[in-house]
Amino acid sequence: MSAPQWKNPIVRWIDYRMPIFTLIHHDLVDYPTPRNLNYWWNFGSLAGFLLVVMIVTGVMLAMHYTPHVDLAFVSVERIMRDVNYGWLIRYLHMNGGSMFFLVVYIHVFRGLYYGSYKAPRELLWMLGVVILILMMATAFMGYVLPWGQMSFWAATVITNLFSAFPVVGESVVHWLWGGFSVDNPTLNRFFSLHYLLPFVIFGLVFLHLWALHTHKSNNPLGIDVKGPQDTIPFHPYYTAKDMFGMAVLLLVYLAFVFFAPNFFTEPDNYIPADPMVTPHQIVPEWYLLPFYAILRAVPNKLGGVVLMFASILILFVLPWLDTSKVKSARFRPIYKQLFWILVVDCIALGWVGANRPEGVYIVIGRIATAYYFVHFLILVPLVGWLERPRPLPESIGAPVLGGGGAAVGATPKPMEKA
Amino acid sequence: MRGKLMAGAAAFLFALSANPAWAVEQSRPAAQDWSFSGVFGVFDRAAQQRGFQVYQQVCAACHSLKLVHYRDLAALGYADDEVKAFAAGKEVQDGPNDAGEMFTRPALPSDHFVSPFANAQVARAANNGALPPDLSLITKARKGGADYLYALLVGYADPPEGMELMEGMSYNPYFAGRQIAMPPPLAEGAVEFADGTPATVEQMAADVTTFLAWASEPDLEERKRLGIKVILFLLVLTGLLYASKRKVWSDLH
Ligand code: HEC
Ligand code: HEM
Repeated sequence: MSAPQWKNPIVRWIDYRMPIFTLIHHDLVDYPTPRNLNYWWNFGSLAGFLLVVMIVTGVMLAMHYTPHVDLAFVSVERIMRDVNYGWLIRYLHMNGGSMFFLVVYIHVFRGLYYGSYKAPRELLWMLGVVILILMMATAFMGYVLPWGQMSFWAATVITNLFSAFPVVGESVVHWLWGGFSVDNPTLNRFFSLHYLLPFVIFGLVFLHLWALHTHKSNNPLGIDVKGPQDTIPFHPYYTAKDMFGMAVLLLVYLAFVFFAPNFFTEPDNYIPADPMVTPHQIVPEWYLLPFYAILRAVPNKLGGVVLMFASILILFVLPWLDTSKVKSARFRPIYKQLFWILVVDCIALGWVGANRPEGVYIVIGRIATAYYFVHFLILVPLVGWLERPRPLPESIGAPVLGGGGAAVGATPKPMEKA
Repeated sequence: MRGKLMAGAAAFLFALSANPAWAVEQSRPAAQDWSFSGVFGVFDRAAQQRGFQVYQQVCAACHSLKLVHYRDLAALGYADDEVKAFAAGKEVQDGPNDAGEMFTRPALPSDHFVSPFANAQVARAANNGALPPDLSLITKARKGGADYLYALLVGYADPPEGMELMEGMSYNPYFAGRQIAMPPPLAEGAVEFADGTPATVEQMAADVTTFLAWASEPDLEERKRLGIKVILFLLVLTGLLYASKRKVWSDLH
């Protein structure tokens, strides 16, 4: 893995002064990657791809969009009707947001299943959580921009949350609004920040990758790379695999864009914002519903807000809450069950968030919220101590190559055989 | 693990589709077979033109269609001079002219549809205090879309035993709250179709729904046409990329 010899004189000239080609070679071509990664490892590159799609389509939308309460809704409709392929740009951006969250959530749950947050990848994981939080802020502010009924009322409900904080609450809300209600100054600052944050995310993705490339990828067995026999160069193996994954993502994404472009949105957002008319039900986009459910699970406003923030912040300390030394759930029979219960719990929270807080939804919402915290704060630390993990294979290469390692569970299952 | 995965995926899709149920104070509209639904759907031109006639002769008395230009009517198959004539039938305010005065002139194809009322207050005053919404996005702005619009238009009925309607309201089970401030807009023979189609309430409702679905989504036909090409292309590309991935990895196993 020595530095490559560049033949092209221009490349050589540049690389001598700024070794960018060598860097690319080390991090995208030669880069040693565990040979046993399964398709769940595709989702990181898919997220990166979608971030680029969001920035490109967003910049194009911003060329035609007007951030003013009297013009925003109409300007979005002008994009849909009068700008060449404006409908395509907007539907790509709208559905791209949903796809981005879908991909990132799968990426995060992949990390939970295979213990990718454990040493030495804690910082990598924490940078990911920061990215997730910024994505939520970005998407929330983007949702406000078309200035439909849901835009306006979601902005009102969410910004009002800050009024729950004692003493300073009210001032903070007025400061966020830039006035005494959600109005033109609010829309203007949301547009400014919605434009800015994706670039901050872009920067964080670089740090995320820096941390990743320092200790390299985890893998489905969760054991360390022992030597060159355990790895393969990123190119052509994972470039080919990532390209295939990207094509599959595009199939799903574009099927929505062309054939069901409004599947993920609320019809109410095609009604211009009206501060005098409250919609029947105020709901955020689907990807924020679990958090919305946690917020509403607590009868006390401040309590709800605190729990909602805590539900994300708890991920920061997960590397220290998990007491097990074994990473992959494949060798952790009890944790594996808990993982799937958590998945179901999060889906239940999303479902509760989509419904009015009445009757059975209140009960389910509370149980699911409680379980979410019990999982991270009690079950994860306890199981780490109590569980008896299954024996780990000798090395990545051994079982994959079929020699030596006879450990149970180490033979690749068809799905993981790539 | 596989089984659980499938269960997880199924539960996820279920959660996504678990939109809030129809409110109890509103009936669920029946699904209709629209020319424009489905992957290959296109608007039925004749229905669109009849629907435009219904809008012009009935709905336009109360409802604006602000986001649509007269020139957009070319998409319904009208010739340039027909579009000009539709526009010229309405007056718009323009100006100021060189003398600094506002004036009115016949509308041009580049103008948006002229609204029946100058502002929301006049509209309310003329409609018993209720505001007839702009119809430019109506099928996208209501749960149930075109099916809802059709059900609403044909759904007027006598109120059930014992239900007290408020002053000036009509009973319509498909409207949220079941009482609507819009009087039944369609009556048998309300328009005389240029193509001789009998103007039943159902016919007019279906046609105006087709027209308004187009007004809400003028991109629909181009979107689906392009979509089919894109998906076919991607299917081939995905196949090729899968094959090349297999080939690249074949020396590892
Ligand atoms: C006499 C005036 C008048 C005419 C003519 C009229 N409407 Fe209305 N329409 C109204 C009023 C007023 C409302 C508001 C009803 C309310 O809020 O209760 C309304 C509401 C509606 C709504 C919104 C229902 C909802 O879900 O909020 C639709 C759709 C509609 N009209 C379609 C039509 C169509 C299509 C026609 C032509 C066939 C038509 N209207 C003709 C006065 C009219
Ligand atoms: C992290 C990446 C991003 C996410 C998650 C995101 C998300 C969203 C969402 C959810 C909407 C509302 C869609 C709708 O209902 O119309 C939106 C709208 C918008 N976004 Fe973004 N966005 C991102 C990046 C960007 C960037 C980089 C720009 C511009 C530089 C941008 C510009 C806009 C504009 C102008 C709108 C309003 C137009 C519209 O509503 O379609 N976005 N965004």
